[in-house]
Amino acid sequence: MTTEHPSHLAEALRRRRWLISAWPWRALAYLVTTVPIAGFLAVGLLVIGGPMLPVFSTLRQHGRPPSIALMLFLITGSVILVALAPILSFAVAAVERWRVRLVDNRPLPSSPWPGLAARYRSPATWREVAYLFWLGGFTPVAYWVFLILVLLDLGMISSPWLAGDANQPVVIWQPIDSTGEAVPYAIVGVLLIPVLWYATGLLAAVQAAVARWALAHPVDAAALREVTRSRTRLVGAYEAERRRIERDLHDGAQPRLTSLTLQLGLARLDVPEDSPASRPLAVAHDQARGLMVMLRQLVHGIRPQSLTDLGLAGAVRELADAATIPVTVHADLHDELPEIVETTAYFVVSEALGNVARHARATRADVRLTRAGGDLVVEVTDDGHGGADPARGTGLTGLADRVAAVDGRLLLSSPPGGPTVVRVELPCRR
Amino acid sequence: MSSVTRVVLAEDEVLLREGLVALLTRFDFTVCAAVGSAPELLAAAREHQPDLVLTDIRMPPGRRDDGLRAAVALRAERPHLPVVVLSQYVQTGYATALLDSGDGQRVGYLLKDRVAEVTEFVDTLRRVAGGGTAIDPDVVRQLLHRPRDPLAALSAREREVLALLAEGRSNASIAGRLHVSEAAVGKHVGNILLKLDLPPSDDTNRRVLAVLTYLRADPVS
Repeated sequence: MTTEHPSHLAEALRRRRWLISAWPWRALAYLVTTVPIAGFLAVGLLVIGGPMLPVFSTLRQHGRPPSIALMLFLITGSVILVALAPILSFAVAAVERWRVRLVDNRPLPSSPWPGLAARYRSPATWREVAYLFWLGGFTPVAYWVFLILVLLDLGMISSPWLAGDANQPVVIWQPIDSTGEAVPYAIVGVLLIPVLWYATGLLAAVQAAVARWALAHPVDAAALREVTRSRTRLVGAYEAERRRIERDLHDGAQPRLTSLTLQLGLARLDVPEDSPASRPLAVAHDQARGLMVMLRQLVHGIRPQSLTDLGLAGAVRELADAATIPVTVHADLHDELPEIVETTAYFVVSEALGNVARHARATRADVRLTRAGGDLVVEVTDDGHGGADPARGTGLTGLADRVAAVDGRLLLSSPPGGPTVVRVELPCRR
Repeated sequence: MSSVTRVVLAEDEVLLREGLVALLTRFDFTVCAAVGSAPELLAAAREHQPDLVLTDIRMPPGRRDDGLRAAVALRAERPHLPVVVLSQYVQTGYATALLDSGDGQRVGYLLKDRVAEVTEFVDTLRRVAGGGTAIDPDVVRQLLHRPRDPLAALSAREREVLALLAEGRSNASIAGRLHVSEAAVGKHVGNILLKLDLPPSDDTNRRVLAVLTYLRADPVS
């Protein structure tokens, strides 16, 4: 992936312009600011862990059971280390997350103090602790090696000047007495600068990657589940609301309108044709009838009444009845389905059959409703010419969105020449 | 048929119920009881033994198809009891459930919208009370919509005739609707029954039932 501006060091390292960009300097700043922190941790580790090492080694060598005093010392030391580490690591991790921005433009969000008990329980804490040990234990060693390389290179570059003083031979691999002898070393030293520049970047990149791995908050699965659940809840609430509106219209508005139309019809019976009231009355009657049809379609659009009355299998059979080609329905459903799943499944079948009628030139279709594990599986198959392409806007993407809203999956197989199978899997947990 | 038709009416929405009572009364039906729920309908029909039951489908207590189920239960007790159900929308399953109840005759399945056509609606009620069968044109259309090989053999005009036939109309009535002679209708009907492999007969109701039974059968693929 090559964007105009690399977002972090490892990406920037692969660019040709790396040497003349700001990145090496950022890497250097990162390394330099690491030194005090890593140094502080290294000292801490040595103070606490240092005395333990000889104890362990004597135990290993002599193989005798340790004395009570030794045991106490080891246990106390370990407990202190384990008890303090999560608290210290919280502070260090916060600093480190902020510092990693020197070489990484992707933010690494900090989380608030979760409370002491939670701090010890969370796996993320122990990753931070591991990072603490890495920073205090391993980083200083790598830095020393790197520092020696840098000093060596500086020595090579400055050797012609230093070697001018004959009393003080410069030692790199072998003593150099004269400026002339030193020149090749200096040239090699200069040539090594870019290599070191790259090494700086590499070291910083590795360190930043480790920091990222250790300090990035894993997306909390529980929170994720909660989010999905609440989304499903929202969709469910929306569904319940639609149902309520449908019921209010069906039980309230529709019969009243029917009653009104009926009254107008009754009035027309007794108004003579030649009366001035006859025509407006007829118009009113016609308008009321038109409104009845409109309202019925409106209510059906809000939530199919057949679904309310007949359940999914019955409503799907009604859909099949209304289709323009023969549709066979196989329903194997025994227990109650969540309402939102029913509605989604209904719209899947409705839309899929609509697609079949519009695009497929099919002569027949099959609808299967089955339970598989915790899922409701809806399959609509037709013997049309296939080649259904979600990208061509056949309503399939809208359908997929609807399915995704209840955590389901929509699968499509539509090779040219057919048959087309739309398969939808809807999880039915309540 | 007696001069006065006694009706038990069930509809949960008060305004519409009152409207229907007014309509029935105006056309010389006697309304024995007008109730608002399925259990009340059962009780009233058993008590009054009416000549006709007119009921809404979606009613308390369940607010699903309670009215229809009450009607089917009543026809199980009295197979010849004329019943007309009103449905808010086309539902072929309800129509077939009704046609499968009792003796399969004297039933009506109408969209609620039809009450607006006052005189036609009353005619339908009288037809059912008099032993006929009436299925809403929209339902018939949906049933006809279903592709079946034998139906494909029908001409457009024959389909029209079939739809009217299924509504329980007589040849004369069909002739009036299509502005053709009654003889022409008779010929159409003969052709239809022949093409659909149904034995011809003069009994309007048997014709309708035969056609509907045929239509109700699962589509042949």
